[in-house]
Amino acid sequence: MLPNKRGKFGPFGGRFVPETLMPALTELEEAYRRLRRDPGFRRELAWYLREYAGRPTPLYPARRLSEALGGHLRIYLKREDLLHTGAHKINNTLGQVLLARRMGKRRIIAETGAGQHGVATATAAALLGLECVVYMGAKDTVRQAMNVFRMELLGARVVPVKSGTQTLKDAINEAIRDWVTNVETTFYVIGSVVGPHPYPMMVRDFQSVIGRETRRQILKLEGRLPDMVIACVGGGSNAMGIFYPFVRDQVVKLVGVEAAGQGLESDRHSATLTVGEPGVLHGMLTYLLQDRVGQIKGAHSIAPGLDYPGVGPEHAFLRECGRAEYVAVDDEEALSAFRLLSETEGIIPALESAHAVAYLVKIADRLPRDTIVVVNLSGRGDKDVAAVRDYLSGKMA
Amino acid sequence: MTGAERVRQAIKEANRKGRAALIPYLCAWDPDLATTRALLWALAEAGASVVELGFPFSDPLADGPTIQAATQRALRHKPTLEEFLEFVAGLYAEGYPLPIVVMGYYNPFFRFGLERFAREAREAGLCGAIIPDLPLEEARPWLREARRRGLASIMLAAPTTPAERLERIAQVSTGFLYYVSVTGITGARERLPEDLVLRLDLCREVSPVPVAVGFGIARPEQVRMLAPHAEAIVVGSALVKIVEAEGSRSPEKVKRFVKDLVSATERS
Repeated sequence: MLPNKRGKFGPFGGRFVPETLMPALTELEEAYRRLRRDPGFRRELAWYLREYAGRPTPLYPARRLSEALGGHLRIYLKREDLLHTGAHKINNTLGQVLLARRMGKRRIIAETGAGQHGVATATAAALLGLECVVYMGAKDTVRQAMNVFRMELLGARVVPVKSGTQTLKDAINEAIRDWVTNVETTFYVIGSVVGPHPYPMMVRDFQSVIGRETRRQILKLEGRLPDMVIACVGGGSNAMGIFYPFVRDQVVKLVGVEAAGQGLESDRHSATLTVGEPGVLHGMLTYLLQDRVGQIKGAHSIAPGLDYPGVGPEHAFLRECGRAEYVAVDDEEALSAFRLLSETEGIIPALESAHAVAYLVKIADRLPRDTIVVVNLSGRGDKDVAAVRDYLSGKMA
Repeated sequence: MTGAERVRQAIKEANRKGRAALIPYLCAWDPDLATTRALLWALAEAGASVVELGFPFSDPLADGPTIQAATQRALRHKPTLEEFLEFVAGLYAEGYPLPIVVMGYYNPFFRFGLERFAREAREAGLCGAIIPDLPLEEARPWLREARRRGLASIMLAAPTTPAERLERIAQVSTGFLYYVSVTGITGARERLPEDLVLRLDLCREVSPVPVAVGFGIARPEQVRMLAPHAEAIVVGSALVKIVEAEGSRSPEKVKRFVKDLVSATERS
């Protein structure tokens, strides 16, 4: 079972944090290991996921998309976009905020990039009546002003972070600084399978409800496992969530799709596993976008949720041992897939999820007849509609 | 004498004179390397014992706004560890008297290669390293290389560190043990925790190496209060603020301020 006791997935992962946080991470790990086997906690989480968030989500056969891609594939969409708050993020925040309450922590902090995880955390905190502070890069608060307002409506305080690149990575730094200062009273809800141990393991576990449902649903619908599972990867939580229950099924090909942004040669991308190199950031050893000296570079993608210069350590491990394959598609390809799915299925996907669809579009011709492909549709695109309109009109002008 | 021994000796030397050793922190390249050189000489003339010289990192998550800003100013020069070591070697070629330890986040060292860094650090005369995001559980590869080259591997302990863990940290720390005064990040503070003195005394009981206290210490009164309870005292953000305000004219002011701090280290 991975990770090992020290939080390592092979060489990756671990706990590279200031000493002040080490006892808190041990406390968190112990509480989590105890509660994940606790029937009361499991029932409580399952209840909220079902009655509040809207699980299980459908595994939807995308017939018109299949036709558009040649008609020879059996394509299924895992509809995480139908969840409350519009994406898979709520699976994790409900789990962590319930855990926080059980641990007696009254104050919740989180980081957010595009605002999806911030909204999902503020939602769970409102639901359970806990104080919530969300750190967000100052640039992102401008780009995602509606999400800032959403979080405020939900009773959270949003703190703009003006240091560094003023984006997600700096928001994480600031959340960690808050945690170092208020560690006794505060629970840090990390939004992806990143950070120091036990976060990558814990977030994976909370998200693997996606893969467990998918496995059950596809066996019922098709009587066999899928040939391929495709998911987008920023930090990698929706991908880890759908991959994990299939990791031992060697027949299932797992494909993570990163953001090639404006191109892998451009320095304007987020393709950490595709072109990054190992290093240490935010408490973990993993693949990073960094310069020769080891300074962390800014990331870019048209999909704000993929815009992160690191990636979950378990993905680094799955890549290293060859169990999963990681590829990248660029902004243009993601936009085409965004439109294709909207037009063929009446589903406007999040730009993040559109990357996974885009990769399927790219390789569809090469796949044999009756290949069963599951695409994790991790979120819906309402949040991106304005940005896409601006992008397209800018291009036409 | 190894780097670790030089650091320890410098602290012992101050203690023999009835003082706590003063360890100032500065960020290299803030605002430029020529100023850093002048500042280091000013520290030596003012009576500091050991120098903690920061290598800037893009994501300094244990630092408050003052040192974050210094880091940003320094990063404009696109510094490399090769240049850092060259700079240190240059200082020692000019006869610089104080032991220098680097304070830096792990990734640049990891990327440089720990074996290579330890070897070249020793050649340059650098005496050791403080790596704030490298706790005990992850430190083994670095501790091995540091030991092999005689470099001080200065570990941190915090108010949240349980007693049994504190002992294990103290056992592997060489040069000195860095006790973090507050549960928090770096930066000047009006008040230090009330039980700090008690915690320091406990820390010194279990530590086989000298104990330095740092984080939040900015004024001579605070130094005077802590001097009897620690072998050494680290002051960072308060100096960096002077550098921020005065730039290349800062060495004179820093020298006067550090002189005041040093005279407050008397353990009467």
